Amino acid sequence: MTTTDLLLLGVLGALALTGGVLVFTLDSMARVTFSLLASLACAGGMVTVLGLPYLGVVIVLMMVMEMVIMAVFMIAYMMNPAGLMPMSMLHNKRGSLVISAVAFAALVVGIFGVSWPRRTGARPKDTTFQVGMSLMGRQMLTMVTLGFVLLATMVGATVLATHRGRYDRFGDGLDQRPANDPAGGGVGR
Amino acid sequence: MTEAGAWWTLLAAPAMLLALAGLAAAGHAVLAARDAGRPVGPAAMVRPFTGVPRALLAQPRRLPAPDVLLWRAGVITVPVAAVLSTLVIPFGGVTVADLSVGVVWFNAMEVLTWAGLWLAGWGPDAAFPLVGGYRFLAQGLAYELPLMFALISAATGAQSLRVGDIATSQQGLWYAVWMPVAFIVYLAGVLAFSFLGPFAYPAGRDLAGGVMSETSGADRLVLRAGRWLWLAAGAAMAVPLFLGGGAGPGMPAWAWQAVKTLLVLAALVLALRRLPMIRADRYVEFAWVVLIPLTIVQVLVPALVDLNR
Repeated sequence: MTTTDLLLLGVLGALALTGGVLVFTLDSMARVTFSLLASLACAGGMVTVLGLPYLGVVIVLMMVMEMVIMAVFMIAYMMNPAGLMPMSMLHNKRGSLVISAVAFAALVVGIFGVSWPRRTGARPKDTTFQVGMSLMGRQMLTMVTLGFVLLATMVGATVLATHRGRYDRFGDGLDQRPANDPAGGGVGR
Repeated sequence: MTEAGAWWTLLAAPAMLLALAGLAAAGHAVLAARDAGRPVGPAAMVRPFTGVPRALLAQPRRLPAPDVLLWRAGVITVPVAAVLSTLVIPFGGVTVADLSVGVVWFNAMEVLTWAGLWLAGWGPDAAFPLVGGYRFLAQGLAYELPLMFALISAATGAQSLRVGDIATSQQGLWYAVWMPVAFIVYLAGVLAFSFLGPFAYPAGRDLAGGVMSETSGADRLVLRAGRWLWLAAGAAMAVPLFLGGGAGPGMPAWAWQAVKTLLVLAALVLALRRLPMIRADRYVEFAWVVLIPLTIVQVLVPALVDLNR
């Protein structure tokens, strides 16, 4: 690692921590969400500096989408109507302090307790291929299983959340066409 | 082959993008003048730019309780992301930043528009911009996945995420020819992330301008410029992704690339004037039921070709 890389790593790390602190000190749902996004984007930058550009850029890409969608749901479901009023992000202070202290201690012990392996061989020029091979090579079964579990969770959650089923859409005999939908779609099913 | 550009390309790329965006806006104004029966000439061409000095000097509109920080951040994000996205596009064999993950970079910058437009809608604390911001997210959920699969098609065909490699791997046959679905979906995506024409839903006239309705002065200028900058960036990216980059007979690479980019931009401007605006709730079903399966099958084609190579 060059000095520039170390410097970048330090700056991005400090910015990520600042974003993380702001998440708990700001009082607007929108600002909180976007400081979390800034923090995660800095984490993506750190991963890029560490030599994994694909994972770093994908972290930024996915986190922007996720945080924006999260903002919509957080604002919709917060106890404070529409998240417009100033509010505190701190709940269950004692419990969360204990949990975060234990997690922090465990991570620090992990960092110093694990015997990290030494690098063998030269560093690959383009790490994207190596990431792909290690995820999709020996771990293919894990990834496929994970994919199906995620998809099943999403479909299941949507089915549980919606109050309308096929009998509402197509009638008791499932023969009613076009379907009785509250909002028409684009392909006219 | 592409090489990383010198420091001055960092200034040249945004200037070229701005010129392209200006051309698109001027072309759009000329077509509007023709449709309205006004004389078509230089006056019609400069019409969209006559408001620029006034916008820069104008007194900004004051609102009761805006979140100015988030609002500004959102408005600025849109054009800045458009400029950043062009850093990975090779022009005549030179790229500002020849990233090994250029396609993903372009995609990430494009997704930043989601955050930018939602913030631009949230910031003013007014109903119409807020609805406009939410509309863009609904539209984003519809156009984003097909667009990603279209990008993946080109990357799979070249077996590389480097934009220069994708351009050079189209020796002989453009991806637009044998991946037409991906090409069309990509162009639709360009109109969608520049929220113009059929995808002007977040800034729709039915919503008094939606996400743009409360912006004024320089903010409004920046946000409007962001739309055209994104259109120009999308057109510029289409050339290395699907139209063989700078390859062509008789002319140098930069000339071919400029010609192709201008043609794509002209086609996009014509399309955005011809097509009616589509509501996100209608487009989302079309996108998920028709476009996503089609683009997944489209990705399968270059994957099979690669396996048989």
